[in-house]
Amino acid sequence: MVRKLTYLRETPSQTAGPYVHIGLAPAYAGFEIFENNFTNTVAGPDVPGERIVIEGCVYDGTGTPLRDVLLESWQADANGHYRHPDDPNHGPADDGFRGWGRMCSHFETGVFSLETIKPGPVPGRNGRLQAPHISLWIVARGINIGLQTRLYFGEETDANAADPVLNLIEQESRRQTLIAQPADGTGTATHRFDIHLQGEKETVFFDV
Amino acid sequence: MQRNTPAGPRPGEYFQRDRTLQPPAYTQVYKTSATRSPQKPLLSLEQTVSEITGPVFGDHDLGPLDHDLIRNHAGDGEPIGPRIVVHGHVLDENGRGVPGALVEIWQANAGGRYRHRNDIYLAPIDPNFGGCGRCLSDETGYYFFRTIMPGPYPWRNYVNSWRPAHIHLSIFGRSFCQRLITQLYFEGDPLIPECPIVQTIPDASAVERLIATLDMNASIPFDSRAYRFDIVLRGRRSTLFENRLDGN
Ligand SMILES: [Fe+3]
Repeated sequence: MVRKLTYLRETPSQTAGPYVHIGLAPAYAGFEIFENNFTNTVAGPDVPGERIVIEGCVYDGTGTPLRDVLLESWQADANGHYRHPDDPNHGPADDGFRGWGRMCSHFETGVFSLETIKPGPVPGRNGRLQAPHISLWIVARGINIGLQTRLYFGEETDANAADPVLNLIEQESRRQTLIAQPADGTGTATHRFDIHLQGEKETVFFDV
Repeated sequence: MQRNTPAGPRPGEYFQRDRTLQPPAYTQVYKTSATRSPQKPLLSLEQTVSEITGPVFGDHDLGPLDHDLIRNHAGDGEPIGPRIVVHGHVLDENGRGVPGALVEIWQANAGGRYRHRNDIYLAPIDPNFGGCGRCLSDETGYYFFRTIMPGPYPWRNYVNSWRPAHIHLSIFGRSFCQRLITQLYFEGDPLIPECPIVQTIPDASAVERLIATLDMNASIPFDSRAYRFDIVLRGRRSTLFENRLDGN
């Protein structure tokens, strides 16, 4: 007989459903209610760092873009510091950069976008540096528990090759599913990052 | 209130998520999951500073009525339906209160209709009800909303599928790896065991933990009944592996 320890158990997840926008981004649902809203702008104009835009779609198993998906991003600042007390090198809390953004896909096109700065490299485990990356969390109707993944940058060839997390992925071709690529002809530093929930190009998702 | 003052233990890793108590990605009963569920196994990732940190929210993010759905979208009148209080604690698996947790909720009105451009159910919109709210838990993890009892509504899964009355909740704890969205149901609702979305949860005791309990002691006489709902986020270790995690 195994005796039980008295831990509580995590509350089970339920799908965010089709109306997630009401609670998390009411303007997308079609009405204004809160004075302060959480948006897809992570870094205001005064935040130091290279300005970038991330753009993409989340595709289902039939290749159709999800038009009711909500994503959140979490990242370090340009120096590689998180704005959180559990980062031993955490940056200042009051300079207009929280490091977090919330994006909704467009109801017709399915395109989401994020306006931010490029994060710096951050320390990993055992003293190994991690390549610049943005953590993403994805919820929608039909997704029973939020999906966690990471976005890396295509231009960081050397850092990506040395990244301990990318190197955990056994199949080299699957590493590419986490690497955003510069979009052509936009004139701004726009990076394309598509997420595939299923199929040949299925994105690598993490149990963190 | 600014949360996450570094008074607690120094960074430790969060407990592994117990996937046997969580819905799997693909659940036959909930048809939409068929094309939206990853088919390859999740890659297990040992946490780094990227996972054990997360956004910090404070009072400056919220307005004074954000937690009061009876008043936060009221115009000339008050919303229609039974008035309720929904309250409880945000805890971690160690049983400790999580202070400064951002709790965001959304729901249908008393007739089962959402204020959303894509909801075409025939029940009417309530002009005085927005259906969303948010609050920060206090230093003990306690949170509190006032709202209207949501109505059940039909949805397209089987031809005659109805959602039990429910409130959607989104919770930010201390770290990005604790992020959670769930739904709260109400004690005694016969639609709960019938619901395909409830049935995505494989474990009966886990379903029980999504059912809010009538709390007569917290009810407001001649005003509102109260329901109690505690939220549990992943717990964390103490400082044992701090150096490895930090990479020093
Ligand atoms: Fe709902």
